[in-house]
Amino acid sequence: MEHIRTPKVEQVKLLDRFSNKSVIGTLHLTATHLIFVESNSTSAQEIWILHHHIASVEKLSLTTSGCPLLIQCRNFRLVHFVIPRERDCHDIYSSLLRLLRPVSYDELYAFSYNPKQNDQQREEGWQLIDLAAEFERMGVPCDQWQLTDVNREYKVCETYPRDLYVPITASKPIIVGSSKFRSKGRFPVLTYFYQEKKAAVCRCSQPLSGFSARCLEDEHMLQAISKSNHNSRYIYVMDTRPKLNALANRAAGKGYENEDNYSNIRFQFVGIENIHVMRGSLQKLLEVVGTRSLSMTDYLVGLENSGWLRHIKAIMDAAIFLAKAVTVEGASVLVHCSDGWDRTAQVCALGSLLMDPYYRTIKGFMVLIEKDWISFGHKFADRCDQLDPDPKEVSPIFTQFLECVWQLTEQFPQAFEFSEWFLIQIHEHVHSCQFGNFLGNSQRQREVLQLKERTYSLWAHLLSEKQNYLNPVYSPSFAESHPVLEPSTQACHFKFWRNMYHQYDRSMHPRQSILKQVLTFKESNRELEGTVQALKTKLQKFGVSTSPLKPQTPPRDRSLPLRPQSLILGAPLLSRKEVQQEEDEEVFGEEAREDAPASTDGERTVEGSSATENGYGELTGSFGSKNEPAVVTLEFGVARMTC
Amino acid sequence: MEFAELIKTPRVDGVVLHRPFMPTVEGTLCLTGHHLILSSRQDTTEELWLLHANIDSTEKRFVGSLGTIIVKCKDLRVIQLDIPGMEECLNIASSIEALSTLDSVSLMYPFFYRPLFEVIEDGWQSFVPEESFKDLESMTDEWRLSEVNKDFSLCPSYPSLLTVPKDIDDESLCKAASFRHGGRFPVLSYYHKKNAMVMMRAAQPLTGTNGRRCKEDEKLINATLCAGKRGYIIDTRTIAVAQQAKARGGGFEQEANYPQWRRIHKAIERSNVLQDSLIKLVEACNDQSHSMDRWLSKLEASNWQSNVKEILTTACLAAQCIDREGASVLVHGTEGTDSTLQVTSLAQIILDPACRTIRGFEALIEREWLQAGHPFQQRCAQSAYSNGKPRSEAPVFLLFLDCVWQILRQFPCSFQFNENLLIMLFEHAYASQFGTFLGNCVAERGKLQLSQKTVSLWSWVNRPQELERFLNPLYEPNNLVIWPSVAPQSLLLWEGVFLRWNRSTKCLDEAYQEMVHIIEYNKELQNKVNSLRRQLAQLETEDKMVADLK
Repeated sequence: MEHIRTPKVEQVKLLDRFSNKSVIGTLHLTATHLIFVESNSTSAQEIWILHHHIASVEKLSLTTSGCPLLIQCRNFRLVHFVIPRERDCHDIYSSLLRLLRPVSYDELYAFSYNPKQNDQQREEGWQLIDLAAEFERMGVPCDQWQLTDVNREYKVCETYPRDLYVPITASKPIIVGSSKFRSKGRFPVLTYFYQEKKAAVCRCSQPLSGFSARCLEDEHMLQAISKSNHNSRYIYVMDTRPKLNALANRAAGKGYENEDNYSNIRFQFVGIENIHVMRGSLQKLLEVVGTRSLSMTDYLVGLENSGWLRHIKAIMDAAIFLAKAVTVEGASVLVHCSDGWDRTAQVCALGSLLMDPYYRTIKGFMVLIEKDWISFGHKFADRCDQLDPDPKEVSPIFTQFLECVWQLTEQFPQAFEFSEWFLIQIHEHVHSCQFGNFLGNSQRQREVLQLKERTYSLWAHLLSEKQNYLNPVYSPSFAESHPVLEPSTQACHFKFWRNMYHQYDRSMHPRQSILKQVLTFKESNRELEGTVQALKTKLQKFGVSTSPLKPQTPPRDRSLPLRPQSLILGAPLLSRKEVQQEEDEEVFGEEAREDAPASTDGERTVEGSSATENGYGELTGSFGSKNEPAVVTLEFGVARMTC
Repeated sequence: MEFAELIKTPRVDGVVLHRPFMPTVEGTLCLTGHHLILSSRQDTTEELWLLHANIDSTEKRFVGSLGTIIVKCKDLRVIQLDIPGMEECLNIASSIEALSTLDSVSLMYPFFYRPLFEVIEDGWQSFVPEESFKDLESMTDEWRLSEVNKDFSLCPSYPSLLTVPKDIDDESLCKAASFRHGGRFPVLSYYHKKNAMVMMRAAQPLTGTNGRRCKEDEKLINATLCAGKRGYIIDTRTIAVAQQAKARGGGFEQEANYPQWRRIHKAIERSNVLQDSLIKLVEACNDQSHSMDRWLSKLEASNWQSNVKEILTTACLAAQCIDREGASVLVHGTEGTDSTLQVTSLAQIILDPACRTIRGFEALIEREWLQAGHPFQQRCAQSAYSNGKPRSEAPVFLLFLDCVWQILRQFPCSFQFNENLLIMLFEHAYASQFGTFLGNCVAERGKLQLSQKTVSLWSWVNRPQELERFLNPLYEPNNLVIWPSVAPQSLLLWEGVFLRWNRSTKCLDEAYQEMVHIIEYNKELQNKVNSLRRQLAQLETEDKMVADLK
């Protein structure tokens, strides 16, 4: 709290990002959040911004109405405040600067966040995901793969987890030797086992081959992986980098596998760009879509120039290559990039998701993230800028993975147990630092931080709200007909993920949400099933025998958690009563309203949206009559339903 | 039969049909006067019936004696027929060519089609102007139905009955008509009940270079303004284009002569530009070899999405003037038969909840497109695969449907119909067994005697069996104005039309079915609960009565 100089500022104006509209409210600064409470209106919208979500704060030059403060968030929210007094603005600004740059892990929200759970509940939360059980589910250990304790003390590779699975023929000296020949010691280990064909997906970092170096142990290691799969005489080695990057690495003593030195490998570059290109790409994308009064041409040209969808497609193409090699050819695949924690994680995780329907369930998706991202050391702290920021380390690698999954949900609407809201929620919390899961860069670091003792697990939190994240049209039988997803990779099937990148921009969203509607119907169905059952029981008391209801899942606990406010789900659910009330007003209130002073209250909106955006046209100028307002600027575009 | 001489080879065996995302079929190809039919011998269900009128263009190729005809359809589908024998292939190709480009309207299929269903409600009588005028009369007495165009001599592209201000006599209408392109003087398009504002449409005024004026025209449109009120004229052309039109005798309303009106210029493209846009878009969608960059740049270069945005924006602007500004609006472009109708019809969908029902939407198309004289036959003569230089083909109506789809996407619960209805209308506008979209205006349709000689599309669509396919399960009527977003991020490529044939829609269709199922199950449960409640209530009262008796 010592960093907060001014905890409360009144009469702050919040400008809408895409229009000239604004609302007045009070700004509160707390130790964890920046809160804006709209005054005056009945809806009194509140905006809560977690300090950790703030990517940058900018103080713009003073204007007549006050001092503008521009805040950009990692969850793609952008808020523009105008604070009446410069001093207040400066206080907020400097407090925020300090607050959004925590200097130690202890300052992160996760260490103070307390969801009112006891220790046991917290522990249970952390036990939800068990990676040993996950490998067991895949059928590992087995006659060809075993658990090795070589990294028990993080001595061979400190960015890997303790438990690693390797071919039974890979002895310790081979492992250790191989790890010395791999960047950061990240030697080839198993990440997914395709039981049906006994084919393995392994991951590692680039070999330290330089121009001519070789390592017999590493060659043995690949040989061992190859030998463990009797279905195929060769293994694929996928270098997920563009060839040029891999070549450049050779000069630094790193590089890629020389096919002459490794027997039975098929080497393949797949050309995914590095973290710096991805960072720049997202930045360009956000700049384009953040433009006011964007024309279609500028939008499409900007989308193209950002390269964002090209990168998404490249990742998808790589994952499809991996899935095909494993499921069709039955070949094992070794995936790497430079350090094996960015592109490698993307491709392995997405590839596994294509091959294994389990990862398309809510629980399975958590397991997948826990395995390929968290345990294998994707550097969340660096990539998501959690602490001690190095701008060169920040990159939307994980966001891209989530987007690839979203693209798949668009092509296969029934394949996933979760909806896009689940993906967006995960994205939110990767940056929120509210839960312990994504803190730090590696398992080892997480243990040092004692996260399991001191913080809570996101997965438990998400599971407790599972109802909100369900995909209402999910069909478990889809997995039987489509065990392996074969998405189209035609460019025209990749779309801009508006609900992610504009999740806080009301004006961009569909005015009514199909997802919300169908979820509501599903919930209503469950309730009605219960009612039918109850009525039948009552009827039985009267001696009326009724045919049993079609076998359905037993009605579950009906006290659903409150649906979080989300624009993609529309405004908070109105109860049927309220809706009815509104409709009545619509019918009967017309006459009365006409006398009411014209104000924004006179406008009704669908989904509670009230922001406006770039208009259909500016009707500036007047007829030259004094009666007309001098300037008639009309802004529209939002679902404004008028009465 | 006249067609016999065009059909050199009426049937060929061993023809192989390739269709996107469907297994190939081998069978017998038959040509009839109006159809290309392929039926497989093993299984009679595998049949292709293609209207010749649906064929946009063909290409033929030969490998040895095996000929291949690639048939490109107006609904954007591309199919391939492998025909053994060079002569057969050449004959088939030239027959298709001839049959798909018949000049005479009266040889078109609708004149030969006999419905296999019983016509319960004759669609030709479903939407008559007198009926819609009755609705208007119930709201206001400021308007009258004029018969000034009874013999179509005043304005050939207008219907015989027109809604005009009550105070303007037919003589003034004649004078105003002479001042407007094609005689299309301002007529009522829509009456906004809420605030009694109106939307009118017309063609451009013929001011010419020396600034001609017409008192009657001025009086006519001023008659629609309430005392002291002002209105907006939305010219769908840019100011530059409107200026150029003066040189050809056209022009726009001068401020000096129309002091009570403010003119706004928008930039909806003219028909030949739109046709080019469609061709480029479809080419981009069909090319599967694209890299991401190439796809996006071709999509951009087609300008299709820009056209959608511009049309929708203009319509929103018109709606905004009426509903938010409380002003009356006059919309026109050049001829008043294309961009004008896009704007007036879309504005009504935004403003008027009735237009979002199936019946209301049909009425809208009948009123604002068919009766209003959109030249369907000219505009839809060719689609995206036409090789020749376009004459007057243009996807004006398709763009309108695309815009409706965009609004539907943004308000998925506000429409009684679903995407299927829009796609069906697109198909039938270009090739149909029904007579509805034949001809270019009411006068032409009368001459062709369509209502006697052909079946109306509405007769078919409005049958309960057919309607089911077009119903939106999410529909919940609302009486509100719906304002769509026109941000480029909110406007999507209409995959249902443009990517329809180059992807498998199985997964999407099944998901849609599941959604329908969930909603239907909900209704079923609700009925069940109601009937059980009734049963219980009855038993309880009986019980009580028994108890009381005791």
